[in-house]
Amino acid sequence: MSRNWQEAVKEVIDESRVLTDISDLYSYSFDASFGTFVPEAVIQVKAREEVVSVVKIANEYKVPVYPRGQATSLSGGSLPVHGGMVLDVTLWTDTLEVYHDDLVVVASPGVLTADINQAAEEHGLFYPPDPSSAHVSTIAGNLAENSGGPRGLKYGVTKDYVIGLEVVTPEGKVMNTGGRTIKNVTGYDLTKLIVGSEGTLGIITKVTLKLLPKPQATKTMMAVFDDIAEAGAAISQTLTSGILPSKMELMDQNCAISVENFQPFGLPTDAEAIILIELDGHPDVLEKEIQSVDEIVRGVGARYTVLAETNKEAANLWKARKMVSPAIAAVKPTKVSEDATVPRSKIPEMIHRLNDIKEKYEIELVVFGHAGDGNLHPNIMCDKRDQEEMMRVEEAVGEIFQAAIELGGTLSGEHGIGTLKAPFMEDEVGELGIEMLKKIKDSWDPNNIMNPGKIFAEPGQKLVLRDE
Amino acid sequence: MLNLGKSWCYEMSNNNIRHREKINYDKTFDCVQCGYCLPACPTYQTMEKETHSPRGRINLVKMYAEGKISAEDLQEPIEKCLGCQACTTICPTNVEYGRILEGAKTVLEEELPKTKKQNVVENVIFNKLFPSAKWMDWIGDASWFYQSSGMQILAQKLNLTSVAPLNLDQFEQVLPDLPSPVERRKRENHQKPAGVVKAKVAFFTGCIMDSIFFKTNKNSVDLLVESGAEVILPKAQTCCGALHAHSGKIGDAKELAKRNIETFEQEGVDYIVNNAGGCGAHLIEYHHLFDDEPEWQERAQAFVEKVRDISQVLVELDGLQFTNEVNEVITYQPSCHMTNVQKVIDPPYRLLKKLPGVTFNELEDPNFCCGSAGIYNILNYEDSMDVLEVKMDDVRQVKPKLVVTTNPGCLLQMNLGIKKDGMEDRMRAVHLVDLLVEAGAQGRL
Repeated sequence: MSRNWQEAVKEVIDESRVLTDISDLYSYSFDASFGTFVPEAVIQVKAREEVVSVVKIANEYKVPVYPRGQATSLSGGSLPVHGGMVLDVTLWTDTLEVYHDDLVVVASPGVLTADINQAAEEHGLFYPPDPSSAHVSTIAGNLAENSGGPRGLKYGVTKDYVIGLEVVTPEGKVMNTGGRTIKNVTGYDLTKLIVGSEGTLGIITKVTLKLLPKPQATKTMMAVFDDIAEAGAAISQTLTSGILPSKMELMDQNCAISVENFQPFGLPTDAEAIILIELDGHPDVLEKEIQSVDEIVRGVGARYTVLAETNKEAANLWKARKMVSPAIAAVKPTKVSEDATVPRSKIPEMIHRLNDIKEKYEIELVVFGHAGDGNLHPNIMCDKRDQEEMMRVEEAVGEIFQAAIELGGTLSGEHGIGTLKAPFMEDEVGELGIEMLKKIKDSWDPNNIMNPGKIFAEPGQKLVLRDE
Repeated sequence: MLNLGKSWCYEMSNNNIRHREKINYDKTFDCVQCGYCLPACPTYQTMEKETHSPRGRINLVKMYAEGKISAEDLQEPIEKCLGCQACTTICPTNVEYGRILEGAKTVLEEELPKTKKQNVVENVIFNKLFPSAKWMDWIGDASWFYQSSGMQILAQKLNLTSVAPLNLDQFEQVLPDLPSPVERRKRENHQKPAGVVKAKVAFFTGCIMDSIFFKTNKNSVDLLVESGAEVILPKAQTCCGALHAHSGKIGDAKELAKRNIETFEQEGVDYIVNNAGGCGAHLIEYHHLFDDEPEWQERAQAFVEKVRDISQVLVELDGLQFTNEVNEVITYQPSCHMTNVQKVIDPPYRLLKKLPGVTFNELEDPNFCCGSAGIYNILNYEDSMDVLEVKMDDVRQVKPKLVVTTNPGCLLQMNLGIKKDGMEDRMRAVHLVDLLVEAGAQGRL
């Protein structure tokens, strides 16, 4: 091998899409999580054949390949932790086709998730997964991390909608999984294995997603609780009443205080919990259902409820939820956003544990999230420049994971494992679980070139949120 | 955590660290790198890499301040930013991108050696042209002479002007018709309304506006007077200094700001009114210039509180009626600096709605920059045209007869886009103020 791998890549990819300037390399050295890792080249691919050529080179030279969408990952999924090449798919948006009669959409990896939903809506359909970054994130990134969102409660997450894939394997071969049918039990479900594998098993080059008929209308209400246990009861009683809301979002007292300090919105700052509920379906049915939910939540002790009469009023209620991010950012600049998830019945207990952790480590912690499916977002506001504080935060995060697992929950409901949660994997899946996962990884990717450093902890790896 | 990319790091340079305060290093920590700014950024769309995104630029500023990259590495990403600040409007954590960008430009201005040609050009633009009322007047007169004498047509035919540097020839073709020098000097500096005085305002003439767009300024004053305002045009006012600040010439920007503050505070007016989105955005941030001069900061604050775009004042005074049917399809290209910095969004729409006979077609993405961005289109011509092309794609869908703008740079740029499309016989860009006058604006009794 006389030439180096960068030269080999430039023979198969237009040089304008092979970035090696220092400013470019640093611009692909981060995502929305933690750490700066500078790659040796960034390759902007636009076609399957390009991926095949590049991956073959990578496999031949044993160079790490880091697939990357818009790098909105909160777990470090796209960080090039071992140098090598970043494979940027954001320019690859040429296919976005809705097959109306099949209720299916086919898309290139770089298409934005929100654009897929928009295309579906033009046909009276919709793509339910709605991560809050949907207007920024690519569909391939969503698949890799198996993204969720508020609608996960009723509609499930990304994996529930992926029915077919085209994938370039770590050895540079093109494989098709699944197809265009809703039912498919032919062999192992490789489609679902790829979804959520965080780019460690191959490069997704085309996705086939199933769509649903778009609900005709939505209805929103807010319920305020003095006691978090009552909020928990309201959630479980609603869900067992025969009504399945599309969203049930919780904000804890600390959230309400942050929002009110940031921009007065009229949220009660003395209540332990606020729940926002959205129902979707036929307008006539919604009128009755929202009344039923109102009775249920009042019955378990809600201090008061607010029913949005118009879409504008509904939007205004959701605005309060949207204000949480800027409000807590104003408290302290660094945000550690977790997504530990527990069985729904354990939500009140999890929130109590989170408050204990907040006290113990003297940290700024708020809890919001998708309470209806047990997927909470404890967010810790801190300052990256304060080493001592960050060490406390690292310990607190470890304890949050511990609490989730002890309550029968999981490390991650929708953000993925990446680098940040890798050290805690074994606590949840056990030694054998790790061993089986590794066997799969080794057989797919014998040279360990696909997104190395993710999911599986390096020997002795610990959670580090500090630079250097 | 492992960081095998370390071989790429530069030695931590003391020099870069010295600049931390000036480059607003602390403010870069407000960015949580969520990427929500990416879809809003015009250059991320046209240049197709993270290096030219807000999140990317903020990260590079941080890397520079940490000594990991050099000033040369930082230069291009910073210079290619339009400064439209669409990112600040979308940012969920309120990162002060404008201040990070300006800090970076100030530091680069100090750190990077300039070529001789660049120095000459900048010297003319920043030290001679913009601050000098005389020069701008002269330019106004000279362009008037150039246009009315037929020289322009001749020059265009012979393609003489195409050898001009900085692609000025492109913009020359879309300059508006200018009033004669006599008209220019006839303007009164203090005008009162016929009826009750509803407000006393000082009009900020601007330098470009007052030379090339003299007529728009005249129309602005007329509209204010018709609306019931007593209008003063302070003679000692000067260039707002926006272009200086955006180019890292912070010392010059401060001097100009001080002169304007001194001049306008003597007038005891309710509002300081301007009609150029870019100027207004800078005027309204004068206090940012004086973090280290508390006395001036206080005076700047008082000045800033009075700054208004003309559309705000016309809506507030609510004293106009319109007598001419416009009967055209129009669209509105908001000035980025008006939307994202001044946060003046509704007033122009409210005025447009009042025009009789108008069919208003909204652009699909009105908040996408047109690529003018101060003198960006002169300094980065090719990149600016890529951005303009995206804007024109949107305009073509809407098929307007008139493209309404609220900033001179946008106006020229949109006219250039229309000309490049060969549409100049069917479409034109117009300043909101001029359209109001065309629609027969007059005081309501």
